[in-house]
Amino acid sequence: MAPAGPAARSIATLWWVMLIGAVLIFGLVMILLGLSFRRRGAAADEARHIRVWIISLGLAFPAAVLLLLLAYGLVIGEQLLPRNNPEAVSVQAEARRWAWTFSYDARPERTTQNVLHIPAGRPVDVAVTSEDVIHSFWVPRLAGKIDAIPGHVNILRIEADQPGTYAGRSAEFSGGGYDGFSFTVIAHDAAGWDAFLMDGTE
Amino acid sequence: MSILERHRKLTAIWSSEPGFKGWFSTVNHTDLGRMFLVTAFFFFLVGGVLAMLIRAQLATPDSAFMGPEIYNQVFTMHGTIMMFLFAIPMFEGLAIYLLPKLLGTRDLAFPRLTAYGYWCYVFGGTMLLVSMFLGIAPDGGWFMYPPLTGAIYSPGINTDFWLIGITFVEISAIAAAVEITVSVLKFRAPGMSLDKMPIFAWYALVTALMILTGFPPLILGSVLLELERAFGLPFFQAELGGDSLLWQHLFWLFGHPEVYIIFLPAAGIISTVLPVMCRTTLLGYGWIVAAIVALAFLSFGLWVHHMFTTGIPHMGLAFFSAASTLVAVPTGVQIFAWIGTMWKGRPELRLPMLHILGFFVTFVIGGLTGVMVAVVPFDWQAHDTAFITAHLHYVLFGGFVFPILAGLYYWLPHFTGRKRFFRLGEVAFALIFTGFHVTFLAMHWVGLLGQRRRISTYQAEDGWTAINLISSIGGFVLAIGIAIVVIEVALHAVTANRGKRNPWKATTLEWAMMTPAPAYNFASLPHISSREPLNDDPDLAVRLARGEGYLGDSGPGGRRETLTVNASSGQPDYHVIYPGNTRLPVFMAAVTGLFFLSLLLKFYWITPLAVSGVAFLACRWVWTLGHRGDLPDQPVGHGVALPNSIAVDHGSGWWGSLFLLTANATFFGSLLFGFAFLWTVAPGWPPPALFEPSLLEMAAGLAAAAASTAAIRRAIRANRNGQTVMPSLVLAIAGALVLGAVIGSLMLRTPGPSAHAYGATLLVLGGYGLFHAALGALMAGFLAMRVRRGFTSPVRRAEFPIVRLWIDYLAVVGMLVLLAAHVPGFLT
Ligand code: HEM
Ligand SMILES: [Cu+2]
Repeated sequence: MAPAGPAARSIATLWWVMLIGAVLIFGLVMILLGLSFRRRGAAADEARHIRVWIISLGLAFPAAVLLLLLAYGLVIGEQLLPRNNPEAVSVQAEARRWAWTFSYDARPERTTQNVLHIPAGRPVDVAVTSEDVIHSFWVPRLAGKIDAIPGHVNILRIEADQPGTYAGRSAEFSGGGYDGFSFTVIAHDAAGWDAFLMDGTE
Repeated sequence: MSILERHRKLTAIWSSEPGFKGWFSTVNHTDLGRMFLVTAFFFFLVGGVLAMLIRAQLATPDSAFMGPEIYNQVFTMHGTIMMFLFAIPMFEGLAIYLLPKLLGTRDLAFPRLTAYGYWCYVFGGTMLLVSMFLGIAPDGGWFMYPPLTGAIYSPGINTDFWLIGITFVEISAIAAAVEITVSVLKFRAPGMSLDKMPIFAWYALVTALMILTGFPPLILGSVLLELERAFGLPFFQAELGGDSLLWQHLFWLFGHPEVYIIFLPAAGIISTVLPVMCRTTLLGYGWIVAAIVALAFLSFGLWVHHMFTTGIPHMGLAFFSAASTLVAVPTGVQIFAWIGTMWKGRPELRLPMLHILGFFVTFVIGGLTGVMVAVVPFDWQAHDTAFITAHLHYVLFGGFVFPILAGLYYWLPHFTGRKRFFRLGEVAFALIFTGFHVTFLAMHWVGLLGQRRRISTYQAEDGWTAINLISSIGGFVLAIGIAIVVIEVALHAVTANRGKRNPWKATTLEWAMMTPAPAYNFASLPHISSREPLNDDPDLAVRLARGEGYLGDSGPGGRRETLTVNASSGQPDYHVIYPGNTRLPVFMAAVTGLFFLSLLLKFYWITPLAVSGVAFLACRWVWTLGHRGDLPDQPVGHGVALPNSIAVDHGSGWWGSLFLLTANATFFGSLLFGFAFLWTVAPGWPPPALFEPSLLEMAAGLAAAAASTAAIRRAIRANRNGQTVMPSLVLAIAGALVLGAVIGSLMLRTPGPSAHAYGATLLVLGGYGLFHAALGALMAGFLAMRVRRGFTSPVRRAEFPIVRLWIDYLAVVGMLVLLAAHVPGFLT
């Protein structure tokens, strides 16, 4: 995980937060388990055990942690949504076994195979679909993934901070040629993007 | 009678045929439970070998060990075998073996059904194994997403093996689930009210109910996909009004509950074994029951979390994400109740306890990563990577395999009556535990680095080589651990010396008998007044063997008998005489297999023959039950006399039908859901032409449905009053036939079933209705024959309510089918 865009970055932060939380909770459970092997004096009564273990630790504790996590996840999810943004660029991605065709709203007659060109520093809405089986559009360093499903168009917002080349993968199993089914995203600086839209260089 | 004489006498009544012939004719739950367990364990080993092939393939980059064609079969079969042929049957086997013993009775509700389910499992599993050895195994991944698995992209027979073989195996799961539900509710020792049941019975009951409502969507999906593949009915093709997302909904509507269906029985083992290992009682019995019921309900509202990347609207995502995290709460209740149990008692580090600790460590991690992937944005990254594979193994291996191993070592003395001799188990545990964590911690990591699941190879430049190698080495350490378990169990069965009864000092009833268990379990049935019968009376086993409980004197004509109780209070209800050894179940399973085989090989002319064969055998099956004369109430000891099961309104057959219909209704409900889903979500709707409605047909059908239910009710009243029932039964049959005819006309007039999913769905709806019309007519006709042959009387009335259930069901289904077909046409 080496995030190179806002979406991938906030997901990476989410992951680190969750990892720390998970390690803490795991540690707590293990300590409680370990302590149960201690020799103890007289046992507490059943009702007290129920209050401590079941109501406090079993019900209240997970419920509280989960509510927090859920709220955090929803906020991030909200930020990742493709919202109206005058800066946003729209492109289409159509998958088939085992290649992608990309087309561009800003230059309708132009299509590219297996290489998606985007401007760096601007949000890009990718409209993803498939003409045969289910595939998935995933550029790990830029954002999460979205499925390409025949008959449906799904929109994923991606954004690259810096110009560069990013590896893309199709992450839904699609039969024999699945291993090598990948593509490339090239993020251009402003000048490069204009040049891409103007002439025919790939 | 001395203890030994009583034992000899009961053994003569209950035992199976000697030798391997007995395997085919036994209907005894102890035999069949053992057979289930051994077979499921065999499939675990097969799945494990496939796992080793996977890890061998992935150990090095650019691996030339297997090409993708083979590799795709290998991982598909690994997942499929582990989920369908190992985990579920393992639960069934354990429940079948244990339940009657835990509940203090002699057998399950429907002994022949147990055997039928077992043979369906064996035959279905064999089909899949054969496909594997022929190199034409399914290769679309264990969740078989169309269109990839449709006829266009998977033209071979591979996918058909999956769809047909798995449906065949599901029959066995449904059979076992009906069996378990009715047995837990009715077949218990007197006095055992619901709140006195051993906790494992609660887990088994809830799991069985979940199978009844969780499996039908998958069966429906498989039927639809097979119809699409074989006859071109386009349910999942977007160009023709179908939608591949429908499959995903149906699959995960099954698939998510499936995860809990696997976990709950394992949790049941923990709840049973852990307190014994800690010399105490389970903390919070009532809370745990509430938690598992809550878990069962919640788990049906979560399936969409497997589809977070399919473009579900944002609100939907938020809802399902919330529900998915919420489900961790009842799981948390159980985990902490267990830890509290350990604090309450004094845990001892015996071998089952080691595996329970292995469970805790592993399952808690799996639960935590599960909560992570329930958070939608994270899932968008992790989905379909090795991280998910690692998570699911933490849950499945941690939540199922470790508890099963704990249970194996706990009940091994019960299975064999011996005590452990070679102490290999501790070594095996250490290897399994370390090997597992090395394998799958590494897979979490490489998943986060971007390794997709299901790839057959990767490049050295990807930088995953070292991690994958470590993971594979871990896998082989794990495999060696499992091999040692196998060796130990094998040695144990042949060489170890006799152990004493109840080596763990447990308090549940399964230890109140000789080990290995006699065929009849208990020479007489206990009266239960608490959750810890062996605590109340340490000598219970001897007293039962002396015949001091219920049914201590073997009954009329040396038949296998037991008694049932009121489902909630545990008061004795009716007396049951079981059928004896028979080959009918294996025979019927074989004919059922012929049916599936004819579909697989497209020998469609055999199909109707096989269907009639099954119908014929089913009639014979039921015909052998019952009596031609009224039986007096049967004294069962302790001053109680009970009516026979044919002389009650709600006998076992009625209960069985009720739960079978529950599964059936879920199937039908899923079909209606699919219809509505396609109509509202799929591209290419509304269809080019709607069905031409006919007021006449619809009215005739509705009237026929109403007439048949009214008629069967009249038949029941007439029978009770000793009047003739024939006219009413004839009317019921006629009603079913008219309804069938109207539905048949609907099917004939359905517009273009292969041109649009609309017509295709109507055709299936019609087919479903027609099948039930035929079934209703057959059952009413069968009842009429029984009446003529003198199998019924005002007292012997149990068969009427059963037929009434099915006719009522037919009426409801028939009406809904007619409305779904005709009404849209009237509205436009
Ligand atoms: C014996 C130790 C096991 C090992 C070493 C192992 C290993 C693996 C590996 C490496 C994969 C994934 C391959 C990939 O997609 O890249 C896999 C997939 C899977 N495993 Fe296991 N596994 C084991 C036991 C189990 C058990 C006990 C279960 C279930 C009860 C299970 C269920 C699955 C499922 C459902 C899949 C997904 C298959 C698919 O993608 O279609 N495995 N296993
Ligand atoms: Cu799930």
